[in-house]
Amino acid sequence: MTQVIERISATQPPEPSSDTTHWREYFSFSTDHKVIGIQYLVTTFGFYLLGGLMASVIRAELATPDTDLVSSDLYNGLFTVHATVMIFLWIVPAVTGGFGNYLVPLMIGARDMAFPKLNAVAFWIIPPAGALLLSSFFFGAPSTGWTAYPPLSILTDQHVGQAIWIFSIILLGTSSILAAVNFVVTIFSMRMPGMDFFSMPLFCWAILSASGLVLIATPVLAGAMILLGFDLLAGTNFFNPTGGGDPVVYQHLFWFYSHPAVYVMILPVFGIISEILPVHSRKPIFGYKAIAFSSVFICILGLVVWAHHMFTSGTPDWLRIFFMIATLLVAVPTGIKVFSWLATLWGGKLRLESPLLFAIGFVSMFVVGGLSGVMLGSVPVDIHLHDTYFIVAHFHYVLFGGSVFGIYAGFYHWFPKMVGRMLNEFWGKVHFVLTFVGFNLCFLPMHLLGLQGMPRRVAQYDPQFANINVICSIGAFILAISTFPFLFNAAWSWFYGPKAVDNPWNALTLEWTTSSPPHPHNWIGEPVLATGPYDYGVPMDEFEEESMFTGTID
Amino acid sequence: MKIQKIIQITAVFSLIIAASLWYSQNHGLLPVQAAEEAVLYDNLFNALIAIVTAIFLLVQGFIIYSMIRFRRRKGDDTDGIALHDNFVLEIVWTAIPTILVMWVGIYSFDVYTSMKGTDFMSMPMAHHHSPISAEQIANLAMPAAMADTLPSQPEIDSQQAPSVQLVADSSLPLVIDVSAMRYAWIFTYPGTEIVTSEMHVPVGRKVKLNLNAQDVNHAFWVPQFRLKQDTIPGITTNMEFTPNKLGEYPIICAELCGGYHGGMRTTITVQTPTEYDSWLKEEAEVASNSPQTVAFKQVLKAPTQMSDREFLTEQAQAMRIDRDLPTEIQHDDRMNHHHMHEMASYLTSATSTN
Repeated sequence: MTQVIERISATQPPEPSSDTTHWREYFSFSTDHKVIGIQYLVTTFGFYLLGGLMASVIRAELATPDTDLVSSDLYNGLFTVHATVMIFLWIVPAVTGGFGNYLVPLMIGARDMAFPKLNAVAFWIIPPAGALLLSSFFFGAPSTGWTAYPPLSILTDQHVGQAIWIFSIILLGTSSILAAVNFVVTIFSMRMPGMDFFSMPLFCWAILSASGLVLIATPVLAGAMILLGFDLLAGTNFFNPTGGGDPVVYQHLFWFYSHPAVYVMILPVFGIISEILPVHSRKPIFGYKAIAFSSVFICILGLVVWAHHMFTSGTPDWLRIFFMIATLLVAVPTGIKVFSWLATLWGGKLRLESPLLFAIGFVSMFVVGGLSGVMLGSVPVDIHLHDTYFIVAHFHYVLFGGSVFGIYAGFYHWFPKMVGRMLNEFWGKVHFVLTFVGFNLCFLPMHLLGLQGMPRRVAQYDPQFANINVICSIGAFILAISTFPFLFNAAWSWFYGPKAVDNPWNALTLEWTTSSPPHPHNWIGEPVLATGPYDYGVPMDEFEEESMFTGTID
Repeated sequence: MKIQKIIQITAVFSLIIAASLWYSQNHGLLPVQAAEEAVLYDNLFNALIAIVTAIFLLVQGFIIYSMIRFRRRKGDDTDGIALHDNFVLEIVWTAIPTILVMWVGIYSFDVYTSMKGTDFMSMPMAHHHSPISAEQIANLAMPAAMADTLPSQPEIDSQQAPSVQLVADSSLPLVIDVSAMRYAWIFTYPGTEIVTSEMHVPVGRKVKLNLNAQDVNHAFWVPQFRLKQDTIPGITTNMEFTPNKLGEYPIICAELCGGYHGGMRTTITVQTPTEYDSWLKEEAEVASNSPQTVAFKQVLKAPTQMSDREFLTEQAQAMRIDRDLPTEIQHDDRMNHHHMHEMASYLTSATSTN
């Protein structure tokens, strides 16, 4: 291990380059993938804060059973825009555009992405599309949920807001497609000599799978949005039953994208976790090929499970059974990943600092979301729980407990590389504890709410649920407060944190072989592939203690 | 040493399984069972709870154990073991979940067919697309004033047997037509003139609902029955249940339908057959002796003549919200007479088609 690090260090230039990235680059149409990656991360984090603000208002409203803080229409607008922002302006662009752009070329030893200008275009679509979406609050925010089911979305009182919503979704989808094309081409054709697919870091496998999903599914969403837009603005009847349209067809088109979208949001985070766990456990990733192939299996299965969102929509029975089986099967590749991560921890030397805490927090919370997902995959169970708070709990465990915990883990892990300075560890731990407690306090009780009979998307609810909702709201406010230690930590450390060395975690992937922050051309010389990405650990035969595996698990 | 380890592991696994089985029978997460379907549902749910609790305990226990046992000690900069994979282990944790989810799938399929009560594979489709009728289209766009002036259609087919007797034949399923609209439910008992806003059903008799929506998607949900079905304009959806416990249960709209979605609630009352028969007679009498608007006495007395406030207070009472009125309703211009009139016209059309 130590020899490996020395070998890598030997390939680095003796002095750091004077050629650094000027701060003005970050506000320009830069074609540097690292600048674009940071542009994505900072911009999307801004949208995350706005979406979180909306969530806080939603939870404040739900602290009492009556509609007494905001009007019903504004409430519906808040949860609609909250979901849209969190999905299309935070998680999707942050994990693909943000981490993907920053890391993929560095991890595969490339100088940049395959299409740098396209990359910049993909990013620069996002700020105006986001501003457009938020501007809808001035015209009456779209209030039909992020699913925008017709006929409600056609008959809505917030015509202008709904039209703005459709248009911004089309823009954001376009950005997502452009980024995905870039990732696929980059990963296929720009790997450095000597790096085959199976010596690529697992994050690249994850990004490749997610990009495949984006390319297949997002155009379908664009089609659905265009047709919905025509129904809304031109009075056509694609989905409007009064003119012979079929509202259920919209649901199929919508979920054909929006279920895979969940995997677009979680697969890259799986990749992040597969990078962080080995480094901070000081062990190889367990089951490299199994994890890589399970990403591909999830990608394929993810395309044929969409109608499990429609078990109560009057879909034919045989269709429900088919989608139930496909949905339940997703648990298998997902389980392979989770068990492989657990095996990666086993027998390691766990460095329990912020990156690993958030990564382990991810595994722990994602498992809860995965298990409730298996329950929901069963048609009869779903029929009771569909459109209730159980669903709200389920997808927040996947997308917050999963994706957002993973994104934070990624922030703590790669911040030294991106910025060249270390984050404060104490405030990192404070951030983790507050996030973990607030998250579980907010979302765990929602399972009970849904099972007992509270539907989602309501501003007023049965007073028997008042106490549990107060607990959820307290959790939500703790969650809101938990953001501040991170924000101040990141802002302060960016300028005043202790300087980071090139490889503060003794990691083996290629991005740690260049300076922190990297040279604009990534490496001054040629990058050198000295080891595999996960060649940590003392060889088994040299290991002194009795083997911890044999006789313990199997 | 080796045997000791095996005993320890067996003990841990037995504890986890025992705890999961205990929890699956004592979780108290579900509301009262009030239909035969709920019994089937709860058995499946409890089985799933046992499985997911076991996996949950296993994974979280493993994580906590690893975090304590394998934490890096101060000054230890060495690596862990270079363990890359273990073929047997990977086969095990691929095969076991596969078997488990297959079992869940088969059991769910079984429960699903039992809940439906039919061999559905012989049925071509679960729902029937029926183009919306011209009359309904007209009604969707028709001002209330026009709807009010429409002559009502002949109500009863004279060929039909007296309604109360017909529906009292308890070997047949009781059919009820459900019409959802923002933000109310209308229940029509075919073969009778009964149109109500609260559903009454006799205990122990199968009920078959034909559901449709007048405006946007809604969903008919009774948590105590564990059943939910979307109502979709232009499509008739179906739902069947057999209530088995007397009482009054909420009917909740579970699909976002607009600003007051949270208030779209009513009740279903499960009664003894005698109580149900007398309720039927009462309702039938009311319906035959009075102009049709009276049939809606619980929804709207005369919707077009009520102020918003009166209407909404009544709605709020139906929703069991213990206060005068949600304050913002009083100021909100959008919940205006336009909506009231729309509703009135739907109500009129609902009666005239039955």
